[in-house]
Amino acid sequence: MSVTEMFSHIQGFLSADQDIREEIRKVVQGLEQTAREILTLLQSVHQPSGFKEIPSKCAKARDLFCTVKTQIGDLKTKFPVEQYYRFHEHWRFVLQRLTFLAAFVVYLESENLVTREEVAQILGIEVVREKGFHLDIEDYLAGVLIMASELSRLAVNSVTAGDYNRPLRISNFINELDSGFRLLNLKNDPLRKRYDGLKYDVKKIEEVVYDLSIRGLAKESESSGDK
Amino acid sequence: MKKREGEGSSRKNGDAAREQDTGSCSSPVVAAFKVFQQELDTKHDKYERLVKISRDITIESKRTIFLLHRVANVPNTEEVLKEAELKLEGVRQKIGQVAEELRGEDIHQFHRAFTPGIQEYVEAVSFLHYIRHRSLISLEEINARLVYMRAEGGDPKASAEGPAPGAQVLTFHVTPSDYLLGVADLTGELMRMCISSVGNGDIDTPFQLSQFLRQIHDGFSYIGNTGPYEVSKKLHTLRQSLGKVEDACYALHVRGSEIPKHMLADVFCSRTALLDSDEGVA
Repeated sequence: MSVTEMFSHIQGFLSADQDIREEIRKVVQGLEQTAREILTLLQSVHQPSGFKEIPSKCAKARDLFCTVKTQIGDLKTKFPVEQYYRFHEHWRFVLQRLTFLAAFVVYLESENLVTREEVAQILGIEVVREKGFHLDIEDYLAGVLIMASELSRLAVNSVTAGDYNRPLRISNFINELDSGFRLLNLKNDPLRKRYDGLKYDVKKIEEVVYDLSIRGLAKESESSGDK
Repeated sequence: MKKREGEGSSRKNGDAAREQDTGSCSSPVVAAFKVFQQELDTKHDKYERLVKISRDITIESKRTIFLLHRVANVPNTEEVLKEAELKLEGVRQKIGQVAEELRGEDIHQFHRAFTPGIQEYVEAVSFLHYIRHRSLISLEEINARLVYMRAEGGDPKASAEGPAPGAQVLTFHVTPSDYLLGVADLTGELMRMCISSVGNGDIDTPFQLSQFLRQIHDGFSYIGNTGPYEVSKKLHTLRQSLGKVEDACYALHVRGSEIPKHMLADVFCSRTALLDSDEGVA
């Protein structure tokens, strides 16, 4: 095989690779759009009037997740399934956002931490790599961390809206999350950087809780906590 | 933690709450994170093991390349080439370990851990191939040698791929981009070889090398920016190497014409002849 032949052979491979990436990029753009729509929808929970509408907003978000499912279904057809990590970078970010959104919806509905299985189910993907297009564990954890900072905002805003109980519940939730993350031996990677931001969320919520308790605004729930 | 405590008693409340939570290990969140901990640790361990093997591969490949540079200075080339071949066989065993680690995994997930080693191996193996055959080794030829037979058939999943029961075939595929990057590094070695062969009085090799390098350069130009990001970086180095080789050829050509015809004939016959005449002319 001559040198020229060899290079054109490889060039063929590279341009095929580029084509796949182009296709993926198109679908991911659609996904990002839907993710933004869900985010905009959920942002209204920070409004004073939005607190009552949480259930209806969550239901609407669930509807939009159906669109996400079809889009991810489309994405799955764009590349060979066993090469997930070859193109991982393309959807990594949007998958983290979507995990965040799913986790946020689940939290608003039930005040529980979303499991990996639940996220996978909401997004219509798998949990383990062997089964197909899956949610990487680091992406799941990153998504959960994005939710933590959203919750610290929610704690602040719920005080403004006159809900003094929610911050305490959020505080408990975030503290539990923090102790969970403490168990992980993170390397010096992007997830680690994200995790380092969690302490600021914890701090912010604690400040809110402090403000509430020093003014006696959280009396009712505190007494229930002491029992 | 410390910093937060230093900021005042305001955090007491939160810290107490946290202690309560950490105390209850049975909480579903903590339980879930214990699973994540294991999963992440397994993944990181595998990654680190691959990095280690990759480093070994790099070191051995580099040694092979140094060994091959000695080819020009020793009388018995075949011996050196055999030794290099032996060293590369050892490297291939190491790549077998990588393949073993990657069994059933997505090779792209851990690609970054071992790509430096693989590139170095491609460089070494293509250098040896060039010295032997004066041509560029193909990706298929490289991959063809990275097939491993394992006697113990442990994994029932993998045994489906193996032809014979008990023995299983394990293959490692060098990705086209690793191949490209390895070849790009090869050009640096070829440049060094060209310069040292001029020093040794070998007139043929520089011209062959410059032609070969030009072909590779043309190939890379053809690929241009479509390749991986690192390729465009290495293209610059390749251009420099090519420039050096072309300059050397130019010098040889110009100075070569100054050598009298009958002596030039001697020059092509033996290397030692050139060394003498070179001294005479200069």
